[in-house]
Amino acid sequence: MGVPIKVTVNSRQYEAEVDPRMLLVHFLRDVLDLTGTHVGCDTSSCGACTVILNGKAVKSCTLLAVQADGAEILTVEGLEQNGKLHPIQEGFREEHGLQCGFCTPGMIMTAYDLLQRNPNPSEAEIRHALEGNFCRCTGYQNIVKAVQYAAAKMSS
Amino acid sequence: MFPASFDYRVAESIDEAISLYQSADGEARYLAGGHSLIPAMKLRLARPSRLIDIRPIEQLRYIRVGDDGAVHIGSLTTHAEIAASDVIAQHAPLLAQAAKVIGDVQVRNMGTIGGSLAHNDPGADYPAAVLALEATITVQGPNGTRHIAATDFLKDMYETALEPGEIIVDVAIPSYSGWKSTYVKFFHPASRYAVVGIAILANADGNQVQDIRIAYNGVASCAFRDTAAENALKGKAATDATIAEAANAALNGVDVLSDHFASAEFRKHIGRVYLKRALQGLFAG
Repeated sequence: MGVPIKVTVNSRQYEAEVDPRMLLVHFLRDVLDLTGTHVGCDTSSCGACTVILNGKAVKSCTLLAVQADGAEILTVEGLEQNGKLHPIQEGFREEHGLQCGFCTPGMIMTAYDLLQRNPNPSEAEIRHALEGNFCRCTGYQNIVKAVQYAAAKMSS
Repeated sequence: MFPASFDYRVAESIDEAISLYQSADGEARYLAGGHSLIPAMKLRLARPSRLIDIRPIEQLRYIRVGDDGAVHIGSLTTHAEIAASDVIAQHAPLLAQAAKVIGDVQVRNMGTIGGSLAHNDPGADYPAAVLALEATITVQGPNGTRHIAATDFLKDMYETALEPGEIIVDVAIPSYSGWKSTYVKFFHPASRYAVVGIAILANADGNQVQDIRIAYNGVASCAFRDTAAENALKGKAATDATIAEAANAALNGVDVLSDHFASAEFRKHIGRVYLKRALQGLFAG
C-alpha cells in the first residue's frame, strides 16, 4: 500500500512510506510536523500551501507526496538562517505585510520564487507574481511593500 | 480533501506507461502535472483505480523547431516553460500569450500543455490558441501513433479524440513568424479560468488583413473558431467599421454557457466587447 519516497526538505533528508493519495501539504504538516505551510482553500486557488519544489513555487495541496519523490523542497521554516530572518520575512515584519498571518507563509514562498527569477521586480511584476496568493486582511499594499523591502535588501 | 485510494505507478517511458495502462484493473489515468486531474480526484469527480505518473518521461519535455519547420512541443512541457521560450516567442507567440495567463505562477510551474489539452476544460486557455494556430496533436497508444488536427482533437466539454490508453506526446505548430497575435481573457476572479478567452492570429500588412483566425474558449462547452467574425475582416482593411462588424458577427448562433458567475447574455456581451478591444489593440499603429 505505502510507496517509499525520499525527499530533501529544508536541506534535511527524509525517507518515508506514504499512501499514494496523501497530498504533499499533509506530508509536510502531519508527517514531518512542518506546520508553517498552511492549508487554505484546498482547491489550488489561495496559495497558502505554496512551497518551493526543485526551485519553483508550487501549490502543495495539488501535488501528491509521491510526486515529490527525489525532490528538494523549501518551506517557510527553511528560510531563517542561524536565527536570522530571511530578508523576505524581515520585509513582512518591517512593512506590516500581514494581519492574521494565515496567508503569509505562502506569500513569502511565492515572493522567494519571484526574487529568484527577477531580483529587481517592478510593482506590477510583484502584483502579477502574487496573483495566486490570496490575502483577506490587508489589501495587498503592505505585502507589495514587504517584497520591495526584501528586493532592496537582497540586492544591497 | 484527498482523493479516493488508487494504485500508483511510475512510468519511465511511453511504452511502459501504455503497458501499465493496459494491465490496470478498472479505470487507469495518466498523471502529468496533475493540476486538472488531482483537483478532480479530490472532489471525487474522477476516481481512477490506477494512476500512472508519466512526469519522469524526459523525452516528452522539449521545445524545438523540427525538420518540417514547425515548432514541436513535448506534451510534458509546462506552461511556465512555454511562456518563457524564445523559440515559441519567435514562431508562435500566441501560444506564449495564452500560457502567461493560465492560472497563476504556481499552476504554470506544474501544469503541462498535454495535460491541459487532454482535459479540455471549457475554461482552459490553450484550446482557443491551438485552434487559431491550427496545431497538430500527436498521440501514442496501444494501436500506434496518430496525428490529429486540433479542430478534430477538441470534441466537447472534457471530451477529446483520445482513445483509451492514448497519451499526447507532441504538439506541432507551423511557424507564424511575422504574424500578429494576441490572447485576451476575462478571468474568473477566484479560479482564474477563462470566463471568456479569445485567441487572435492575423497575417496583415499594416491594417490590410490577408488572413485572420479568431477562436474562443470559456464561452461555449468547447473552444471554437468564429468564422463569421473572421470573414468580416479577411481580405479587408481593419478599420473601426470592419472591426465593429466582426464584433457584431461574433458568437451568433453559439450555444453560450451560463453559470452562477456569468449568465449567457453577460458572456456573449463580454465576448464581443473583448473581441472589439483586442482587434483595436492589434491593429492600432
